[in-house]
Amino acid sequence: MSTGMTPRPPSRTKLGGTLYRGREGMWSWVAHRITGVLTFFFLFAHVLDTALVRVSPESYDRVIDTYKNPLVNLMEIGLVGAVLFHALNGLRVIAVDFWSRGPRLQRQMLWMIVAVWVLVMVPGAFFMFRHTFTVLFGSG
Amino acid sequence: MSGIETPRSGTGRSNQRRIRGRTNTELYAWLFMRVSGVLLMMLVLGHLLIMNILDGGVQRINFGFVAGRWSSPFWQVWDLLMLWLAQLHGTIGLRTIINDYTRRDQTRFLLKMALYTASVLVIALGTLVIFTYDPNIT
Repeated sequence: MSTGMTPRPPSRTKLGGTLYRGREGMWSWVAHRITGVLTFFFLFAHVLDTALVRVSPESYDRVIDTYKNPLVNLMEIGLVGAVLFHALNGLRVIAVDFWSRGPRLQRQMLWMIVAVWVLVMVPGAFFMFRHTFTVLFGSG
Repeated sequence: MSGIETPRSGTGRSNQRRIRGRTNTELYAWLFMRVSGVLLMMLVLGHLLIMNILDGGVQRINFGFVAGRWSSPFWQVWDLLMLWLAQLHGTIGLRTIINDYTRRDQTRFLLKMALYTASVLVIALGTLVIFTYDPNIT
């Protein structure tokens, strides 16, 4: 075994011999990819289900009813969360690319968008789930 | 050391190939991701807000709701723009991911062909539906 193949111990001060450096920079990149792929596959399904308006009102209404199911409703909140992260982190990527101070402030910008994400998602999830909650547990 | 090239060194076989047939396609793709991303931010987040949160959210959506929306050219253009930009943005994004993770040329080619086929289908079908939608269909 050559020494070049031995993984170096993780180090916070040195860059190390790996392309993947961990921390906020790498994990936001990973999350950006995952949320993007997720949204891509949802878009595929969503264009197909919307296309049913060309078939008949009944078939469209039937497929849209699945979106109103409590479990699918939860998944919609997840989708909105994924899209919102992708959008906010996309702005951060643009700032890193085009703003002269962007690369130096990339970590602070990540925590900034995480804060915005939480601030939007808390009321967003509340309003999206309110109806389902009422149906499941009554209007207590 | 194993045969991993230094990135952008211009020494490896794939780099040589790239240098000979160099175009600006990758630059335009990179720029398109940023421009379409900003536009999609408004279009998609607006769409999600209207469809999932405002005025009863997803519970109020049915065939009649779509009929009401698409009677307005404003929402037709909104949805059409969103469809094209989102599908192209997603296709370029997945193309990057395929390029990053596939190792065999044949796998890469097949995955990209599947991706492009799906994209053309989705854009064509979505566009057709927006333009030929008939609220009085029986």
